[in-house]
Amino acid sequence: MDWNLLITQLMNGLQLGLLLFLLASGLTLIFGIMDFINLSHGSFYMVGAYFCGTLVVTTGSFVIGIVGGLIGVFIVGALIELVIARKLYRSDHLDHVLVTFGLILIFDTLVHMIWGSAGMAIPLPPVLDGQITMGSIVLPTYRVLIIAAGLLVAALLYVLVSKTRLGMLIRAGASNRTMVEALGVNINRLFLIVFALGATLAGLAGMLIAPITEASIGMGNDIIITAFVVVIVGGIGSVKGAFYASLLLGLMDTLSRSYLDDLMKLVMSGDAAETAAPAISAMLIYILMAAILAFKPQGLFPPAGAK
Amino acid sequence: MLTKSIRTAFLATALMGTSLVAQADAVKIGFVTTLTTPAAVIGEDMKHSVELAMEHIGGKMGGKDIELIFEDDGFKPDIGKQKVDKLVKQDDVDFVAGFIWSHVLMASARPVLKADKFLISANAGPSQMAGKRCDKNFFSTSWQNDQTPMAMGEHLNQEGVKSIYIIAPNYAAGKDMVRGFESTFKGEVIGKDMTKWGADAQLDFSAELAKAKASGAEGIYAFYPGKAGGAFIKQYQQAGLRGIVDLYTVFTVDSLALPKLQAANLGGVMGSKMTQQWSPDLDNAANKKFVGDFLKKHGRYPSFYGAQAYDSIMLIKSAVDAVDSNMDDKDAVRAALMAAKFDSVRGDFKFGNNHMPIQNFYLREVTKDDEGRWTTKVVSMVYEGHQDPHAKDCKL
Repeated sequence: MDWNLLITQLMNGLQLGLLLFLLASGLTLIFGIMDFINLSHGSFYMVGAYFCGTLVVTTGSFVIGIVGGLIGVFIVGALIELVIARKLYRSDHLDHVLVTFGLILIFDTLVHMIWGSAGMAIPLPPVLDGQITMGSIVLPTYRVLIIAAGLLVAALLYVLVSKTRLGMLIRAGASNRTMVEALGVNINRLFLIVFALGATLAGLAGMLIAPITEASIGMGNDIIITAFVVVIVGGIGSVKGAFYASLLLGLMDTLSRSYLDDLMKLVMSGDAAETAAPAISAMLIYILMAAILAFKPQGLFPPAGAK
Repeated sequence: MLTKSIRTAFLATALMGTSLVAQADAVKIGFVTTLTTPAAVIGEDMKHSVELAMEHIGGKMGGKDIELIFEDDGFKPDIGKQKVDKLVKQDDVDFVAGFIWSHVLMASARPVLKADKFLISANAGPSQMAGKRCDKNFFSTSWQNDQTPMAMGEHLNQEGVKSIYIIAPNYAAGKDMVRGFESTFKGEVIGKDMTKWGADAQLDFSAELAKAKASGAEGIYAFYPGKAGGAFIKQYQQAGLRGIVDLYTVFTVDSLALPKLQAANLGGVMGSKMTQQWSPDLDNAANKKFVGDFLKKHGRYPSFYGAQAYDSIMLIKSAVDAVDSNMDDKDAVRAALMAAKFDSVRGDFKFGNNHMPIQNFYLREVTKDDEGRWTTKVVSMVYEGHQDPHAKDCKL
């Protein structure tokens, strides 16, 4: 057993999990509180990456890129809520799916028209482009930053959701929306804030991943399915559930990609294992989701009092 | 009065009739590539090159006009097949050309070949189409998938590299790229990872790179076409593997990735080496004209995808010219295609029995041109007149 490799892979899994959490926390709130299925949540992830990339390339400052990108995505998210999503809350889920699927196509085409098909490589400042050495373990500095940023956002969200008045309303909305409305809370404003906040978190995830994978058209569509799995496994509307489910899925995905082929080589031929292992590791998260749906359909940590 | 109007009507119908015939009489070429999804960057490069070829030949083949129909496969085999069905049945084209992806070509080949049309691959070169499923009407202006990695394996032998870790995507071409490499590389393959590919391809290679480093291999051999290529190179650099584990690639660093890497100033790619049958600096008249005009028109270098697409149009023109645009004589068209009498931008090549090119393979290196643009140049020749290993399985 190579312990250095195991620790490196655990860190890689943690990083993937935290990125998933940034996406899934917004998704689970929008889904849980507004009962709104937003397939185009991944588009905010893409838009964030392109905003940030453009600002980094033009200003040369990574900090300006992130801050400006966050503001930009917040505005886009708020506009989408005001102009489109708001009119759909009372429609059924099929309408949500159709409209937000259309939004995906619109966002993808807009990005194609504005930035072209080539995608965008985002340069990192030299201080983030290196590696951190801890004993015999070498980690890319930037990935450590992603982990730190993810944990920080998770902590802030925890404070927001469990210690503030807004958080109380969010939790109340997730548990029983009708009651919150009946108590005279300005539900429109609450929805607007939650939607734009969710979009911003997704945008942040896109900004953080883009220096690693590049910004590209449809980048959010690749990961949004996994984010939905996180939402279902964690319990719809539960930020805490999204957090644990994200880490679980991130670690499961990374570790299975790392070790499954070696494990399978113990019981089958090398060639068969090399072909089967990537297929099975790609399926594992769905197997987990199916198991959760079968045995604990409300998810691991459903919000208190959720139906 | 009445007779006059009837006569006019007749005349109009007759004129319309002739114009319809003229339209049907044009040489029809369907070109299938990827024009949406991030892979559109490849498809657009091919489209630009095809359009440049059309300009260079004045839009005519064998004295006839050309009707060119572009179709988008959306990076999906099922969509590709649908589009090909449409080209064959509805548009009744004479040639179907293009195809970036091996899995799209594999799904699309049958409808074209069954209809006795000509299929010209401008990129994909799956082993099946070179071997058991080779066809009298299938030709390639690119390479068979195994060839470029075989050249890389051979180059590593020459360099004396003893151990390699392989990372490649898990699909038809990825498997060919790995098998081709393993068939010539004499050192030890210490480890191998095949990653998820397709519309939701894996783009974070942290786990694989960590394994490669831990394995102690001297080098990493990778194949990541399109957007994954830039991502792979960046992560390799960020993981601090440069100088510890050398990186060798095929079809990963190209004229599409380099301007982007330059814009982001990712200098780690400078000097990285790959094998290829073509390079923008290859010294022949056809290539100078193609690369020069492409640079003028688009302000950047064409990629090998573009070079092959350009060649596919030139190959088709050579055949249509040879039969004087009499497309009904399929045997004559086939013989003319087989002769490959045109000036390819890669220099001289000929078709083998399986209609795959027998051609040279070069070692290329990333460098700067006189104007500071990042590009590739030929370092040395690895194979001269190389034929793919599947030709022997082809019964043609």
